[in-house]
Amino acid sequence: MAAAAVAESQFHVLAVDDSIIDRKLIERLLKTSSYQVTTVDSGSKALEFLGLHDDDGQSINLVITDYCMPGMTGYDLLKKIKESSSLRDIPVVIMSSENVPSRISRCLEEGAEEFFLKPVRLSDLNKLKPHLMKTKIKDQIKQQSQRQQEEESDESDFQSPSPPQQQPQESQQSQQQQQQQQQQQQQQQQQQQQQQSNNNKRKALEEGLSPERTRPRYNGIATVV
Amino acid sequence: MERNQQLRRQLASMRQSLFDQGHLDEQFILLEELQDDANPNFVEEVVTLHYRDSARLITTIERALEKSPLDFNKLDGYMHQFKGSSTSIGAKKVKAESTQFREYCEAGNGEGCLKTFQLLKRDYATLRRKLEAYFQLARQAGPNEIACRPK
Repeated sequence: MAAAAVAESQFHVLAVDDSIIDRKLIERLLKTSSYQVTTVDSGSKALEFLGLHDDDGQSINLVITDYCMPGMTGYDLLKKIKESSSLRDIPVVIMSSENVPSRISRCLEEGAEEFFLKPVRLSDLNKLKPHLMKTKIKDQIKQQSQRQQEEESDESDFQSPSPPQQQPQESQQSQQQQQQQQQQQQQQQQQQQQQQSNNNKRKALEEGLSPERTRPRYNGIATVV
Repeated sequence: MERNQQLRRQLASMRQSLFDQGHLDEQFILLEELQDDANPNFVEEVVTLHYRDSARLITTIERALEKSPLDFNKLDGYMHQFKGSSTSIGAKKVKAESTQFREYCEAGNGEGCLKTFQLLKRDYATLRRKLEAYFQLARQAGPNEIACRPK
């Protein structure tokens, strides 16, 4: 069930680059790979955006940032993200036009998932999927366990769901209850996803966002190729 | 229909010569691959953005080269930006000249910077002119007519 849910919702990537051309390029590449994209032109704007949308449905699943930027470099941004308790689980990828081994290892040591040399190719973006899947599944497991905890403390009208761990003797009865639980969770998941997609339709504030929908939107649920 | 075929052939040969003459590299092809029915003018959009962006940088570099003494750090920084932009559209010659310029900056060689910059400006202007003509022709040939890539 978790795998199907992950496949349906769209990953949202935040791309950070001070070059307008590279922003346009990375946006196109990401959209071609069926990601939802927001672009900003500086590290500080990136943090602003991340902080603003920390709790709501606009959550960012991955940050991809240029290394060389005036003011806050991509490395600085990476550090800030990894130092933040609310943001540190977001995978970060660094891009650079310069192949400097010490730079690359510094970034990887600081927690960057990948380091791409510019110009970035579509094939580079294929490396992002595993990092994104990891966090999405982590999120869902977190959400599921949160909901289970809530359900356990709830007093519901009809059968109160029993805790998932059952004694072997009660296996048949517990299976039914588990199925009900799963259905409830699925419904809640769907509701959450619907809410997320509604939130995703809201335009975020930053400049550099591309407002045109050149592809038909399927209610925030991407057609995953 | 025949007129269109002629245009398309012209377009294809224009495009090919840009590669043959070393003005463009495979990054340009990657841009073309990102173009589709939903984004039919992607390449032209990127190229236009590039020229707008880089023209500003050229002026900045020019002014910086008039200063005395030369600030090689600043010059290198500007050229780094310029090179990045040129790389992104596949401007092969210009990219090579940018690299050379940066090497002269690192060596503190003002003469070298000046000479290289002149060459760069020349090749930059040439490519710009050729690409403008190319896109103009592409528009005449019809919206979906991107020249077929040589197999």
